[in-house]
Amino acid sequence: MAKHAVESVSPVPEYRAWKTFLDDRLALAGVIVLVLLVFAALAGKFLTDWFVVFDPSVVRLADKFLPPLSVPSEFVAPADIPWFGMYLLGTDELGRDVFARMLQGSMVSLSIGIVAVALAVSIGVTLGGIAGYFGDRRLGFISVDSLIMRFTDVMLCFPTFFLILTVIALLPSSIYNIMIVIGVTGWMGTARFVRAEFLSLREQDFIVSATALGLPNWRIILLHMLPNAMVPVLVSATISVATAILTESALSFLGFGVQPPAATWGNILADGKGFIFDAPWLFFIPGFAILLVVLAFNLVGEGMREAMNPRLRPR
Amino acid sequence: MISHAVILLAPGEPSEVDPSNPRMKPEDIAKIRAAFHLDDPLHVQYVYWMRDMVSGELTSFKDGQPVLPKIWSRFLNSLPLFVCATLIVWTLSFPVGIRAAVTRGSLYDRSTTFIAYGLISIPGFFLSYLFILWIVEGFNVPVIGMATFGMQDAHWLYRGMDQLWHLVIPSVMSALAGVAILSRYVRSQMLEVIGQDYIRTARAKGLDPDSVIYRHALRNALLPFVTMFGLMLPGLIGGSVIIEQIFAWPGIGRLGYDAILARDFPVILTINFIAAALTLAGTFLSDILYAVVDPRIRLQ
Repeated sequence: MAKHAVESVSPVPEYRAWKTFLDDRLALAGVIVLVLLVFAALAGKFLTDWFVVFDPSVVRLADKFLPPLSVPSEFVAPADIPWFGMYLLGTDELGRDVFARMLQGSMVSLSIGIVAVALAVSIGVTLGGIAGYFGDRRLGFISVDSLIMRFTDVMLCFPTFFLILTVIALLPSSIYNIMIVIGVTGWMGTARFVRAEFLSLREQDFIVSATALGLPNWRIILLHMLPNAMVPVLVSATISVATAILTESALSFLGFGVQPPAATWGNILADGKGFIFDAPWLFFIPGFAILLVVLAFNLVGEGMREAMNPRLRPR
Repeated sequence: MISHAVILLAPGEPSEVDPSNPRMKPEDIAKIRAAFHLDDPLHVQYVYWMRDMVSGELTSFKDGQPVLPKIWSRFLNSLPLFVCATLIVWTLSFPVGIRAAVTRGSLYDRSTTFIAYGLISIPGFFLSYLFILWIVEGFNVPVIGMATFGMQDAHWLYRGMDQLWHLVIPSVMSALAGVAILSRYVRSQMLEVIGQDYIRTARAKGLDPDSVIYRHALRNALLPFVTMFGLMLPGLIGGSVIIEQIFAWPGIGRLGYDAILARDFPVILTINFIAAALTLAGTFLSDILYAVVDPRIRLQ
């Protein structure tokens, strides 16, 4: 009890939020996994694209379907022998090194998640901010606020996944289109949230006084209102990255994902499902990699959300 | 309420689909384009589509069958799956979530939290494949289609049993992620309510813990779930694509998937339209339920 009493008089709310977050061991584990993932993704980009140590596109038909940690056969050209002298995670149906493909895919999967969510957040913040701040201006017969929010409602009406499928199926499914489609169909929650936050912030004293001082609108919005509305947006963005990675793998499963030869974790997994009995590692390695990363994003997001929400703290 | 009426404008949205069809020979294209008004500008096509849909004459590009009966028969196939999955979700997640909230910080709470995160984070089809591998090895539960081939002439009782068995695995698989998400919501909602002053008062009065939890806390925690219940209605279409694909279930999600592959615009558009209509119905339903449940927002 005494410990709680001391904590509750602590004057800095951010400190308490940090402490709640650091006490959450699952969230911390998530942070560690994410840091490792970022390193893996950067290393993957570096080692497979610019300074090719692991070449994910080398085809060695003599060595197809080798289990993890197996040694290349003598039919493989010396130049094609992988680093470490063995296939760390085995080979696939064309004898490509799964480890190299996973490395390359980590960057692609991560960037699909992050770019798509960044797009969604920026659309959402822009529209929500406009609706919240300039909402009472009128364009003819309809106010800006109801125009934007009705559009948001319309977008919310469609089952997101089916809409993504429809659009992706009609566009060439390049990695950029997938990012854009996931982003464009995912901004509605952010927009609603930012609008509500702006509406309540606009009435608060520090904004009223900033307006009274004659600050320009952009300054009030960017410097005074946005920072106050951003933290919860970032929390939900963390979880959205997880969802975007899952969506990408689901699209790959249906055959609408990033097309080969480019590797993402989703399409390695989707291709691996055909060899689930002959070469289970092709299925299990990307599957558990996705599970681990998405889990990490979810845990970090939920940890932050719990740290920010004073009503959930133990009493 | 007014806002929902505006949503009716929605079907304009799916007409953004590109009317070009790259998988045809040039002479076919001209013929088909003329027949299905594909050369007209988008808004004219949209008017044609609306007219045909309202009059019930909309036919599929692929096989010339009317769209609405086609979708309806698939819808009837999807319905049992959806109903079973929803039942599993709502009956499982409440006990799990409530118990986790009441015993906050216990081993039970932490393990269910972890399992729930795991279920949310795993790609649905990956989990389903793992499950199929395990189930087919260990138990004799069917995982393909809606009924065993060759059972059409059997007694209706056997046929019904057979179909029930086929329903088990797909509905469990489509329910799992829902259970995970919903039980997390139940838990955090219960935690918020349990922290309120009126719960402390109820405890201080000396009520027994069960009636504090179930009569005082749960009833207040239930409010947001009324909204969620309505919002789950469109999941009938969108959420089922992958599960139906895995288990070869001839439902509406698979119809949509096949329609997309075949560029069958009338079917795609109509499914999107039905989805939007379902969302609308769901929102409306949850508004009404909300008014029933919460006396503070009764209509004047």
